[in-house]
Amino acid sequence: MAEPLIIVGNGMAATRLADELSQRVLGRYSIAVIGDEPRLAYNRVLLSPLLAGEIGGSEIELKPAEWWRARGVSTFYGRAVTAIDRAAKTVTLSDGLSLPYGKLVLATGSRPLMPPVPGFELPGVATFRDVADAARFRAVAAGAHVVVIGGGLLGLEAAYGLARIGGKVTLLHLADRLMERQLDREGASLLAAAIAARGIDIRLNCTAERFVGEGRVEAVELPDGSAIPADLVVVAIGVRPRVELAVAAGLDVNRGIDVDDGLASSDPAIFAIGECAEHRGQTYGLVEPAYEQARVLAARLADRRERYTGSLLSTNLKVSGVGVFSAGEFDAGEGTETVVLRDPAAGIYRKFVLREGRLAGCVLVGDTQGALFYLGLIRSGQDISAIRTDLPFGESYCVREAA
Amino acid sequence: MRHDAPLAPAATRTTCPYCGVGCGVLATPDGLGGATIAGDGEHPTNRGRLCSKGSALGETLGLGHRVLHPLKRNAAGGYDRVSWDAALDAVANGFRAIIDRDGPQAAAFYLSGQLLTEDYYIANKLMKGFIGSPHVDTNSRLCMSSTVAAQRRVFGSDTVPGAYEDFDSADLIVLVGSNTAWCHPILFRRMQDNRRERGARLVVLDPRVTATAEDADMVMALKPGSDAALFAGLLVHLTDRGLVDRSYVVRHVAGFDETLANAREIAPDVTSVSDATGLPAEQIAAFYELWASTPHVVTAWSQGVNQSAQGTDKVAAILNCHLATGRIGRPGSGPFSLTGQPNAMGGREVGGLANMLAAHMGYAPDEIDRIRRFWQAPNIARREGLKAVQMLDAVADGRIRALWVMATNPAVSLPNADKVSAALAGLDLFIVSENVLSNDTLEARPHYILPAAAWGEKDGTVTNSERRISRQRAFLPLPGEAKPDWWIIGEVAKRLGFSEAFAYAGPHEIYAEHAALSAFENDGTRDFDIGAHAGLDRAGYDGLRPVQWPAPSRQPGGTDRLFGDGGFFGPERRAQMRPLAAPKLAAQTSEDFPLLLNTGRVRDHWHSMTRTGFSPRLSAHIAEPSVSVNPADIARFGLAEGGFARLASIHGTAILRVVADGGVAEGAAFAPIHWSGETASDARIGALTQPLCDPFSGQPEMKATPVSVAAVSYRFEGFVLARKPFALPAESWWARLAVQGGEGRLFATNLSIDAIATLMRERFGTDELTELIDRDGGSYRCAVLRDGRLLAAFFLAPAGRAPLWDTVKAIFADPTAAVESRLALLAGRDPGGTDPGPTVCACFGVGLNAIRAAFEAGAATAEEIGLQLKAGTNCGSCLPEIRRIRSQAGASEAA
Repeated sequence: MAEPLIIVGNGMAATRLADELSQRVLGRYSIAVIGDEPRLAYNRVLLSPLLAGEIGGSEIELKPAEWWRARGVSTFYGRAVTAIDRAAKTVTLSDGLSLPYGKLVLATGSRPLMPPVPGFELPGVATFRDVADAARFRAVAAGAHVVVIGGGLLGLEAAYGLARIGGKVTLLHLADRLMERQLDREGASLLAAAIAARGIDIRLNCTAERFVGEGRVEAVELPDGSAIPADLVVVAIGVRPRVELAVAAGLDVNRGIDVDDGLASSDPAIFAIGECAEHRGQTYGLVEPAYEQARVLAARLADRRERYTGSLLSTNLKVSGVGVFSAGEFDAGEGTETVVLRDPAAGIYRKFVLREGRLAGCVLVGDTQGALFYLGLIRSGQDISAIRTDLPFGESYCVREAA
Repeated sequence: MRHDAPLAPAATRTTCPYCGVGCGVLATPDGLGGATIAGDGEHPTNRGRLCSKGSALGETLGLGHRVLHPLKRNAAGGYDRVSWDAALDAVANGFRAIIDRDGPQAAAFYLSGQLLTEDYYIANKLMKGFIGSPHVDTNSRLCMSSTVAAQRRVFGSDTVPGAYEDFDSADLIVLVGSNTAWCHPILFRRMQDNRRERGARLVVLDPRVTATAEDADMVMALKPGSDAALFAGLLVHLTDRGLVDRSYVVRHVAGFDETLANAREIAPDVTSVSDATGLPAEQIAAFYELWASTPHVVTAWSQGVNQSAQGTDKVAAILNCHLATGRIGRPGSGPFSLTGQPNAMGGREVGGLANMLAAHMGYAPDEIDRIRRFWQAPNIARREGLKAVQMLDAVADGRIRALWVMATNPAVSLPNADKVSAALAGLDLFIVSENVLSNDTLEARPHYILPAAAWGEKDGTVTNSERRISRQRAFLPLPGEAKPDWWIIGEVAKRLGFSEAFAYAGPHEIYAEHAALSAFENDGTRDFDIGAHAGLDRAGYDGLRPVQWPAPSRQPGGTDRLFGDGGFFGPERRAQMRPLAAPKLAAQTSEDFPLLLNTGRVRDHWHSMTRTGFSPRLSAHIAEPSVSVNPADIARFGLAEGGFARLASIHGTAILRVVADGGVAEGAAFAPIHWSGETASDARIGALTQPLCDPFSGQPEMKATPVSVAAVSYRFEGFVLARKPFALPAESWWARLAVQGGEGRLFATNLSIDAIATLMRERFGTDELTELIDRDGGSYRCAVLRDGRLLAAFFLAPAGRAPLWDTVKAIFADPTAAVESRLALLAGRDPGGTDPGPTVCACFGVGLNAIRAAFEAGAATAEEIGLQLKAGTNCGSCLPEIRRIRSQAGASEAA
C-alpha cells in the first residue's frame, strides 16, 4: 500500500513537488494536498499582472483540476491544518478531520509583514498576497488615490498594477533607492525613472507616520506632517515565513523551519520547502529556490541521493516594459571588476560584476535579454575573461564560432 | 558631344584624372551634382575598362570639402572671403611689387601634372615669356623627370617611342621599378591578356616583391640602386652574344663604343652583376638570355627607376640596350616610360619643367629667340630655372619671394617636407590655386587661396604615357565661384599689363596657340609637333578624338611609334648612347639609420588623397598608413606585427602601423606616400625622405632614405565614425578615412578610459550616448543616437585587439536609417552573421572572407570567383590578391 504523504500548503512549491513526485514515483505515495485558500493552486508570481488586468483569473492556475485527479492527489482546499501530532504521525484540519502521514511536507509559504504604524488596522489598509487581495484592490482602485508602502519587487508590481487600472498611485520607500537589495544606485535610478514615467509618484527615504481616516483609511500622514490622500493603502514591506504549525509541533525553527540539505526538518519524517523553510540560515522569498527545493525533495523521496545546497538569488521584476533582473553580487565591492552597458535614452542599463575572471553577479534594467544565460554563468563559475566585452550583448554574442 | 551642356542626361566623354595610363571615361551627371562613371568603350587606351580608382570617381565629386570662393588670409591667420577682383588685383600687385623690388627671378610657379595642358601652357607662357623668370617647375619633377632627362640626352628629345599596343603584341615585357598591377592597373590587364592569349612572358624587377610580381614569370628582387648594373650587364651580354643590330647602330646611334666600354667596367660579367644586384647568377643569366632571345621585348619602368639620384642613368641603361639591338619603335618592342600623372606628359609638352622653355624646346639661343618671337614676349627667360627641390631651397633662403602653387600639395609630396612647410610659410607672397579647403600646403597659410575648377568641371586636354592627347570635358557646372586655372592665370596676366597676349576666349584658343607654337619653324626638326591642331576652332576642339602626337599638319592622324627607322633628334638625327656613373645609392644605411626606406603607392589611393580620400570604397582597401618590414627585421628591431613603429631619418619622423611583409627585403622598409597631416597624425612620409637629387634631372631619391626604426606602443586602439570630423586629443595616433555616411578614424591612444568617456560626454552630452564601459578590461564603446539614428560611434579596446568596424560601418552608412538594435550596435558585429572581412575587390565591395569561403566551397580559380562574386571582373587590380587567397586556401587544405 502506498505510503501516505501529506503536503501542507497549496502554493507553487506544493504543486511543483506533486508534479515532480508524479513523474518519478507515481503511485508510491498516496498524496494529499491541504491548503487554506479555497481554490486550485495558482501562480502567485502572476498576481501583479492579474491586478493590472493584463491576464484573467483562470490564466494564473498552475494545473487544472483534472491534472490533480489524474495523478491521484487528494486535495483539501479552504481548510487549514491546525496541528501536527508527530508521535501519532497525523495532522488535524480546521474542520476536525485527522489524516495520517508517513511523510509530511510543510510548504506553508510566508505571510506579509504589516508595520506597527498607527491606523494599520483601518479598513482600506491591506497587504498583497493572494487572489482575494487582487480582487479587492481591483474593485476600488479605478480613479482612487492609492498609496503603496514599499519599493521592493512586490510593492513596485502592485503599484504598477494599480496604476494600470486607473489608480493615482504614490509609492513610499524607506530606503534611498528602489529594490535596494537587488539593484545598485544607477540601476535603481533608471528603474525609478521608468516607473515614474508610468504615472507613479515615487517618494524615496520616506515612510508612513500613520494611517488616518474615519472608519476607513483616508490619508497617509508622513513624518514631516504632510498627508497624502489615500482610498487604499497597499503594504508590501516584506514577508515572514509561516512557521506557527512547526513551532507548535516542536520542530527546530529560526526565522524559518530549519532544514538540512535533504530538506528534512529536525523530525526526519517532516520536510519543509519554499518560503517557510530556512536552509543554511537562508530563507528565500522567490519561486526559483522553492522549485529547486521541490525537485531535490522529490528526488530524495524517490530514494535518490540528491542534495540541496542553496540557491543563487535572482530577481525578475514583472512590470510591462520595465524589465529588471538581478542576480548575485550587484555592487562592485573589493576585488571586483565591472562591465557596464548603458543606454539612458532607451532606459537600458546592464551591469556585470566580475570576480577573478568569473561572473559574480549582474543587474539588467530595461532589457533583461540573456538573464538565464547570465544566471547560468554565475552558477557555473566558469572563466569568462575571453568574452567579458561581449557579455552585455547576450548569449549569441558570447558563443564564438569556431574559426 | 557638347561640352557646354553639363546637366544634360547624356554621357560626356572625358579622361580619367588619375594615372598616366589616361583611360577614357563616360560621365553621366545625375542632376544632383554627382555623376555615374563608366569606362569609355571607344577610348583606345582602356576600351571600356576602368580600375578601382577610376570606377569610384563618382564618389569623389562632392562639394563638402571644396574651396568655392577666393579667400584672403586675415591678420588673425584665418581666412576671409573676397571677390575675384580683389583677389586677382592683390595677386597681380603682389607679384608686381616683388618683381619691381627683387627682379623677376624672385617669382616662381610650382605646377602639377594634374593641370590640363592649356592651364600649364598659359602659366608657363606668363612666367617665362612675360614676367621673365625661368622658375616654373612642377610635381612631375618628382615623378618622371629622370626619364625626361634621359630621353633628351639619349634620343635628343623627350619622346616615348612606343604605343600601348606594344604591350598587347610583345613576347616579353620587363617591368622595372613599377608596381604596375596597382599603379597602372588597366595597362597591367592588357599585359596579362597578352600573357594569357599570346603566351607573353613577364619579368618583374623590383627590390620589393609587389602584387605585380604575383602574376609574373620571373621575379628579380634586386638591391636598391643596382638597376643600371643589371642593364649594363645586359648590354655586355647582348654584345658578346652578337645580338647588336650593327646596321641600326651604324645608321642611327652614336656613342656605342664608349658606352659598351663603360658597361664592361660596371658589369664585366654575370658574377659582378650578381655582386652588384644581389641576384643569383643563374637568374641573371636566364634573364639575359630571355631578353636576348626575344626580339619583341618591351622594357617598361616607372618611379622605381625615376625617383633616384641616378635615375637618368638608369633610364639611359635601359635605352642603351634597346638602341643597341634596334628594338625600338617597332610593334611589340621598345623602351616604355609609364608616366605617373594624368598630364605629366602635357606639362612636358608645354615646357612646364624648369629646364625646358616651351613646346619641347630648351634654352638654346635659337630656341629662346624662336619662342620670344612667337609669343612676342617682352621678358623671355634666358636660362634654366630652379628645379623643384632647389626651388624650395630658394624659397627657404629668400631668393624666391613670391610663389604660386597650383593643383599640388608640395608640403606633403616634396622630400624633407617639414622644411618645405616652414619655407612656404615664410614667403612674402604665397598663392595657392586649389580644389580643397584644407591640405598640408594650405596649412602653411598662403596669402590667397584661389578656388580652382576640379575634374568634371575643367575643360581641356591631357596627354597619356603613349603620347595620346585626349580631351577632358566638363560635365558638371562650376561650383560657387570656382574658375578654371587658365582663366585665373589669364586674369592675373592681364592685371600685370599683358592683356593682348592673354586674351583667350576659351581653352580651345590656348590649345590652338600651343599647337601652332609646336609647329612654328619646326619642319620635322622637333619631335613635338601638333600642327594639325593649330587651326582648331571651338567645335573642332570639342570633337577632338584621342590622338598620339606628333600630329603635324601633314599627318593629322598622329603617329603610333617613333625611331623604328631612326630619325632621332640628336646631332645628325642620331641617338646618343650614354655611359653611366658607377651605380650606387645617394645615402647609405648606418648603425643609427639601419633601414632603407622605400616609398610608393597603395592600390586604391592617389597622391595625397585629396580625391580618393573622399571615396569610402577606395578607403576600405588599405585603411591606415603602414610600414611594411621583413619578418626578420620585425624580430631584429623588437617590433610587433600589427603594432606601431616610429621611423626617423635625419629629416623627420613618422609613426606607422607595422605590417610583416616577406616581399620587403631584410634591411628595407616600405611606406606608402598618401597620408598627410590632414589624413593621419604621424604619417607624413615626405617629412622623412631625402632631397638628394639626380645631377641631370634634379629628381630626388625618394625611395632609398636611411631611417631608424623603434617600436611604439599604445595602451588602446579603436575607431571613430562620425558625421562630421572628429578630432582626437593631440597625443593620439590616428588615420582618417572616408566611409559611407561620414568620416572614420582608426586610432591608438594612451588616454585613460575615464578621460575618453569624459571626452565623449563633453562632445556629445549624456542623453544621447549609449555606452559600454569595461574599465579593467580596457574597453570603451559608445554610440550617439539622435531620434534613433546613428550620429557617431566610438570603439576602443586594448592594443592588439582593435575592434573590427565593418558591422558598425554598415549601420553608419545610411544617416537616415533607424538603428534596429541599439545593443547589437555596440556589440560591433552580428551575432551569427558573417563578417565580410577586409575589402579585397574595391569595385564590387567584396571582402576577404567571402572570397575565402568561395574557394573553400569549391571555386578553383580567380575566374570562378569572378563569376560567383564579381570580384576582380572590373579593374582586375585585386586579381593578384585573389590568387594569393586561393594559394593560401590551397596551402591550408594541404596542411
